[in-house]
Amino acid sequence: MTALPAAPEFVEAAPEWGRLNPRMIVVRPLNELIGLLPVLVGLIFLGNVETWRIVTSVGLVALIVTFGLLSWLTTKYRITDTHVELHKGVVFRQRRSIPRDRVRTVDLTAKLGHRLFGLAAVRVGTGQQERSPGEGTVVLDAVTAAEADRLRQAFLHRPTTQVAVEAEATEDEGVPIAGLDTRWYRYAPLTLSGFLTIGITFGFIANFANEWDFRFSEVGAIREGFGWISQTDWGTVVPVTAGAVAVLSVFASLANYLLQNHNFRLTRQADGTVRVRRGLLTTRSVSIEEKRLRGAALHEPLLLRAGGGARLTAITTGLNRAGGSSLLLPPAPRAEADRVCADVLAIDQPPTSTPLTTHPPRARARRIVRAVVPNLLLVVVLAVLDTAAGWPMWTWLAAIALLPLSVLLGLSRYASLGHALTDRYLVSRSGSLDRRTVALQRTGVLGWKLTRTVFQRRAGVFTLTAVTAAGSGGYHVIDIGDQQGLDLVDEAVPDLIGQFLR
Amino acid sequence: MSAEWRLRAPANLVSRRAIVQWALRAGLFWVFVLAVHGGIALFSDEPPGWLRYTAIGAAVVGVVHVAVMPQWRYRVHRWETTADAVFTRSGWVTQEWRLAPISRIQTVDTGRGPLQQLLKLSTVTITTASAQGPLKIDGLDATVAAKVVDELSATTQATPGDAT
Repeated sequence: MTALPAAPEFVEAAPEWGRLNPRMIVVRPLNELIGLLPVLVGLIFLGNVETWRIVTSVGLVALIVTFGLLSWLTTKYRITDTHVELHKGVVFRQRRSIPRDRVRTVDLTAKLGHRLFGLAAVRVGTGQQERSPGEGTVVLDAVTAAEADRLRQAFLHRPTTQVAVEAEATEDEGVPIAGLDTRWYRYAPLTLSGFLTIGITFGFIANFANEWDFRFSEVGAIREGFGWISQTDWGTVVPVTAGAVAVLSVFASLANYLLQNHNFRLTRQADGTVRVRRGLLTTRSVSIEEKRLRGAALHEPLLLRAGGGARLTAITTGLNRAGGSSLLLPPAPRAEADRVCADVLAIDQPPTSTPLTTHPPRARARRIVRAVVPNLLLVVVLAVLDTAAGWPMWTWLAAIALLPLSVLLGLSRYASLGHALTDRYLVSRSGSLDRRTVALQRTGVLGWKLTRTVFQRRAGVFTLTAVTAAGSGGYHVIDIGDQQGLDLVDEAVPDLIGQFLR
Repeated sequence: MSAEWRLRAPANLVSRRAIVQWALRAGLFWVFVLAVHGGIALFSDEPPGWLRYTAIGAAVVGVVHVAVMPQWRYRVHRWETTADAVFTRSGWVTQEWRLAPISRIQTVDTGRGPLQQLLKLSTVTITTASAQGPLKIDGLDATVAAKVVDELSATTQATPGDAT
């Protein structure tokens, strides 16, 4: 073998393999036990004290603690000049290595257990498309909060800018873009989070009681409640129950908003990233490389829209869509969301408030048909079940009563449909129950997909999908007119479709 | 078709043998469905009464599908590569047009299933950095496919950028 040329000097010495912080031996089991607390309490305190319950509980705890120790022992990581490497896995060994120059986002998450011990989990995302889940990400769970912050800065600084950045203060607070306003709490009840929480809690309790043979009738308050329901007529029970659920869900949604968005701050850092920090018990810090930001999506679910609010998320490569890591702004006034959108994307006019071109009237007919047909099918099925299986008649009568609402939904969906082209962004809006306005950078469009069903062809519309590497990979413009759609493609990315037009 | 649809079809047809491929593929599926019906009828002590009707239904739908779909697909499936773009059309009842600039292509490769090996056909798969899935040209003659891959690989490599 001939002598290789001398290796280039390392900017940063390739460190030895490191382990995660030893406190994780305690923290991981603790975090999992906090989650399992209701089950353990149920096992030990509800029902009779039986030996098998105590044995199960002790076994469960022992298993979790052992697993925590083993996973600490088997996990090691190192950050070399070029790569982030992670080896882990108790049963299945996993080796993951991602090039540092592919790092697009860094997400620091500290759950309650982590925070008690001054730790944070670091999730590093690349722009790589994942063939298997988690392929493009490395999670270091966990290192000390100070080390996490050092890693965040190290990952997002390119070697070329390293010197300049290190000269700057290590505690880089950034330029604020937005911060939590306590008045925004008024939007919390307009999200369905409270309602969902109640539903999940109720389902959990019911399932749990069923599993462990727990009788609700043994609890005085619940027995009285059921007694009241069985003795009172429906005219009173329904409004009272609905009222109770409404009040509870308002409180639950406020609590959710507090837990998730406490101390929310959106800042622009000197290292070319935007950074979101939020959370009460579990704190999160998500850093997104601005160069990789491909746009933003404004979410206006029905209720929130009625209250004049909106939520903003980032469209970027390297963020997994799950877990709300792409959130840029929690439910806040619509005007604020527009302002933040423009500020984050560093442009003067927010693309999300651009006046949109409407779609042809035949798209309206299609929206109505698509809203009404499932409803009609429901009516037919219920009516058949009435005659065939003796289901009560009111079910299909109620389904018929829903038809006008379906028509309204279709009309509202049509009213949402629209698209626009600004000098740098393609804007598209659709949906009614969950209306989304997407602003996608025109230079981020990797290609186009045009889909036409038989019905769409006859109506002279088609669905246009802008294919991109960021976010969900494709953003739709639904039922755009043939002429306007082809013009849009031609204008948004010049010199591409032109050669194929007649 | 609407007069406003100015997008012309891609220039090239796929191989005529692709009709056989699609027919065989659909035929095998429907034969399998009928075989399951037959299996139940043979081995069950008390075959359900509706089994006869679903079997007849599957047979009718299967025959129509095998008779209509391949010809229809052959008329729809088309492809074209130019100096700076790849353009494909696929589907039958629902049609899908895909358009990708050469500069955004990441990988180009061919794949051949067992049926395709028998018929000397290939599928060319052109991936971009998107989760929307690759562009596929199904049912190309194997030699044509190899040529397309070579050409595209050459032009893709000559185009700078990381294709995201």
